[in-house]
This record gives sequence, structure tokens and C-alpha cells, in this order.
Amino acid sequence: MSAPVVVFAVGNPSRGDDAIGPELCGRLEKWLKNEGLEDQVELIEDFQLQIEHVLDLQGRQLALFIDAGENTVAPYTFKQIAPATGIAHTTHELPPEAVLQVYLQTEACQPPPSFVLCVSGEKFELGEPLTATASNHVEAAFALLTQLCRHASLAEWNRVLVQ
Amino acid sequence: MTYSLETAEHPERLRRVAIDPVSRVEGHGKVTILLDEHNKVHQVRLHIVEFRGFEKFIQGRPYWEVPVMVQRLCGICPVSHHLAASKAMDIIVGAKKLTPTAEKLRRLMHYGQMLQSHALHFFHLCSPDLLFGFDSDVTRRNIVGVAAEHPEIAKRGVLLRKFGQEVIRITSGKRIHGTGAVPGGMNKSLTIAERDELLKDIYQIVAWSRDAVHLIQKVHIQDPGLYNSFGIFRSNFMSIVGHNGDLDFYHGSLRARDDNGKIIFDGVDYQQYDKYIEEEVKPWTYMKFPFFRSLGKEHGWYKVGPLARIQNCTQISTPFAEHERKEFVDYAGGSPMHAPLAYHWTRMIEMLHAAEEIKNLLHDDDLLGSDLMVKGERQMEGVGVIEAPRGTLFHHYRVDENDVVTMANLIVSTTNNNQAMNEAVRHVAKRYLHGREVTEGLLNHIEVAIRAFDPCLSCATHALGKMPLQVELVDVEGQQVHALSRS
Repeated sequence: MSAPVVVFAVGNPSRGDDAIGPELCGRLEKWLKNEGLEDQVELIEDFQLQIEHVLDLQGRQLALFIDAGENTVAPYTFKQIAPATGIAHTTHELPPEAVLQVYLQTEACQPPPSFVLCVSGEKFELGEPLTATASNHVEAAFALLTQLCRHASLAEWNRVLVQ
Repeated sequence: MTYSLETAEHPERLRRVAIDPVSRVEGHGKVTILLDEHNKVHQVRLHIVEFRGFEKFIQGRPYWEVPVMVQRLCGICPVSHHLAASKAMDIIVGAKKLTPTAEKLRRLMHYGQMLQSHALHFFHLCSPDLLFGFDSDVTRRNIVGVAAEHPEIAKRGVLLRKFGQEVIRITSGKRIHGTGAVPGGMNKSLTIAERDELLKDIYQIVAWSRDAVHLIQKVHIQDPGLYNSFGIFRSNFMSIVGHNGDLDFYHGSLRARDDNGKIIFDGVDYQQYDKYIEEEVKPWTYMKFPFFRSLGKEHGWYKVGPLARIQNCTQISTPFAEHERKEFVDYAGGSPMHAPLAYHWTRMIEMLHAAEEIKNLLHDDDLLGSDLMVKGERQMEGVGVIEAPRGTLFHHYRVDENDVVTMANLIVSTTNNNQAMNEAVRHVAKRYLHGREVTEGLLNHIEVAIRAFDPCLSCATHALGKMPLQVELVDVEGQQVHALSRS
């Protein structure tokens, strides 16, 4: 039986602020365990979104994609997304909307309600740690994440959207 | 084998077209094309715009950390780097020959990697071009378009890749950042339950892989005018080959042939690779240009990867893939096939071979063994070579008496193909752009040529908003006259 909520955390931990996703994933894993919520939320960490992630959406009530962003609103945006065609110019890093669209086409049904938490980063150089700015953004995003996991419902997630 | 179109005589008088970055390839790349006022092509270059720096990053680290660290080079083929580094570190710890269980577990991991990478490339990177045509509507020329119009093909692609990822997860312990291979062996074997989990699906995977070979064979044969000539250039080619010249992705000796298929060198121990291969640096790109020392840099460059491997080996040990290899060789008419689009056909033959090898290994009880590690006399230097999905991958390290890495040299598969990719792009530019107006469809022809090599141009960084595709036309005065953007 899969957890009702799946969280995808995307990024390369060796690439500066690209580590925002893995960093949040690591913190969330500990927090979920402490709160006894690990059966409610499944965490999936990967370098980038890929086609097989549609299989991880099966049987979920909610899905969340966490990724770093460049030139995006600080500290983060949190928005609901829908399946979309024509927005992916590369399959090596499918955007979340394209993953949902492939789900729609291959599963022949609507994907679960899905959201993106895009946390703003600044530098993405090899071997660099998180920047101080990104660390502050991670703190802010983690506070939201715990709120989302405590109150994992479509209505609650829609109530706290941050564009 | 020439350098024509690498450098124009008077670039300051020419118009510049940039495809920046190349879409649907790993990492960042840029193609610049200089045209004159009559749209005639004078210069074409594939630039690598991001410096890896990974060799420096590794220096100063304990050697046993390296097989795990190098996985962060690439989000698409971390297993290849993991295994190449592990093989180099086997030499460092004096493990000249692994136990049968350890070697078979590593092979299983590697075949899983080949399967998932080739499936991803074919079904989700190139099938849009192959199924819809290079000039088709850009809004549907992507995997979403494939899923919409060919849902069964798209679903098979998903499941083939998923199976390969499961093989990796089970053999390395984790879905990403696994730690299965360690210097001198492996740190875990398979349980009966894990083996049975994979056995349950493997026959379907082999069947789908056979179908995939037949699909690309049909696409290729139906349009020989395009597939046999698009971006074609002649070159040497190289790979490792196994015992008796078998196709072998995991271990063997270096073999190279010239453009007519004549052996240049064979049976070369890859610990001596730097006596046979040299790397040239050019001022306009961070990526080096390797070449065979014996032929010099002008005539000694080569291609690697599926098209090289399938034609370099003497035979394939698994029956279905060997049958398909013979079909391919017969189609080529007895001399090497150099057409870049034939990479797709050979890539699918390799995927079939990987599936068959996984099936064979899953029936081998050695996978369940507990004898996982060997060691011997400590060495100060080691080279690990593997045939990664994109081609031959070299990892070379020196380690001091404090177990710290003091030197690292990596020749990644895409670097081995650097000159070959540049040649393909030049031939396509000359054939399709010369004297014509530049359109998105024409520019996609350039990208099709690059994608045939399945290049991995950089490390995995894919933050949201980092990879827009921009095409710029700049006039003789350097003013932008037209721009296209996809994001």
C-alpha cells in the first residue's frame, strides 16, 4: 500500500544550490520519522525528473515536486500544476507538468492533484555548498513543508498557495 | 577526415547563428554557425560551455570515497562512473581478479544501466524525431507528443527504463547514490527474493527489446536515402572488446579500426591507454579532443559508442543480439557503416544484448554467493575502463601513501566522440543550411545529428528555469536580427 502523499525532491547535492531539493528531503525524512508520519508521505530523491516517475504517482492522493529555481521568486513559490503539453524541450529533465501529462497518456486517467515547491537558488557551481541565501530559503520552505505534511489535504494545500 | 568548416578565414564578416543550449541532450551545449550574406556556411562548432572541474574536485579525497563521489558527475549514467572508478581502485588495492560473485554482480548492475539508458535515449529522446520527422511541429516533437500518439511505445519506454533502474537499485542498494561496488569487490549480493523479483519480468523485457530493434530497423530501411547519408562522415572507431573479440561492456582490451575496418591496434591493455591516446586542447571549447598517437591529431580522431562497438566486436555472445548484429552487418554491405543515424539501430541491438545478459545472469547462482571481496599488494596508480552507454569511459588515478588521490584524469565517452560530433554537425549544416533561410526545422536537423551520439555534455544540474533553448541570428555588425526561445 503506497503512502497517500508522494514528495519528489530533485537536485544534485554536489552542485551548490541545486542541493536545495536533497537538503529539504533529508530534513523532511527525519521530521516525518519524529512525527510518526512516515507512512503518510513517501519521499523520492533524484537528480532530475524522468519518465519513470509517472509510476510513482500511481495510487496517490497528493503529489509534491520540490526543486531549486534560478531567477525565481524568493524564498519560494508554491503552486498547483496541471498536465501540460508543448512545454518540455528536453526529456533529460522533464518539468513536473510533463510528468503529469505522460501519466495522463499512459495511465488513461487524471494524475493526483500535484503541486510544485520551487525554492530560489543563486549559484550552481560544482563542489560548492549551499549559499547563505539559499540556506535561508530552505528554512522558510521547510516550515511550509511541515505544515503541508501535517495537513495533507487538497483544500489545505490550496489555502496556502504562494505564487 | 578533415577539419574543413572548423575555422572560417574571415569570421568578422559573417553572420552568427547560435543554438544555445542544444535541447534534449544532457547538460549544456551550444552550436554556433557562421553564415555569409548568401546564407552559405563558413564555420560550424559544437561548444561545451560548462567546465566540469571534476578531476580537481576528486583530488585530496581518500581513494575509497571516489566510486561514490563520481556518481555525482552525471544524473543519467552514474553507474558507469561508479564502476569505472571502482575498477581503477581495484588496481589500487591490488585486486587483480574479482571473485565470480562480485564480477557478476557488477556486470548485472552495468547491464541494467545500459538497458535503462538506451531505453531512455531511444524512446524518449529520439523517438519524437524518428516517429514524427525532423521538420514536424515542434510542439509535439517531444515525449509528450509520443505518448499522445503512440501510447504503447511510450509505455514500453517507461517500463524498460523502470526495469533497468530496478536492477541498479537492487545491485547498488539505492535508487541513486548507490554503494554496491567498492575497491576490491562488492558490498552485497542478491537475495533469492531480489533475484526472483527481477526474473518475473525479464522475459517481457527481452521481448520488448527485440521489438525495439525491429522498429528502428524498419524505420532505417524504409528511408535509406536519409538514414544512410544524414550527417555522414568517415572515421576511425574504438571500443574495448572481451574474450575472443566478443562485445563486452564491462571488461576487455582496447581495439581500434580505421574507417575501412582495418585493425589499427588490438589487445591493448588499457592500463597503457596513454601510450595510444593523446588529448588535444582547443581554445574555443573546454572539451578536449582525443586522438590516436600513431596517426596524429589530424587523422587519429575516432568515434565510440554503439555504432563503434557493434562493428568493432567479432561477435556477440547472446543469440538474439548476435542475429541482429549479423542483420546490421549484412545491411552495411561488408564495410563499416558510418551514418550517425545508424547509432539508433546499434543502440537497440546493445539494449537487446543487455537484456539477454541480465536474463542469463539471473539464472546464475553465483549472484547469490557471499564471497565478495579480494585484495592484494597495494598500488599507487590505476586505470579503470568501461563501455558506458555513450562509449568508452576512462578513469585514471594516482593515490599517495596516505590513501589520498593526487591525480585524476577522466576521458568521458562524449569527449571521445567530440571531433566526431563536430564533423556530423558540419556535414548536416553544409547539406541542409547552405544557401537557405534558417528555420526551426532546419536547426533541429543539427540537433538530430548531435542527439544520435547521445552526448552527455555536463554534470546533472537541472534547476527549474536553468535550461531554456535560445536560437539567435546575429548580423555582420553583431546585432541580433532574430531570436527564437523554447522554455
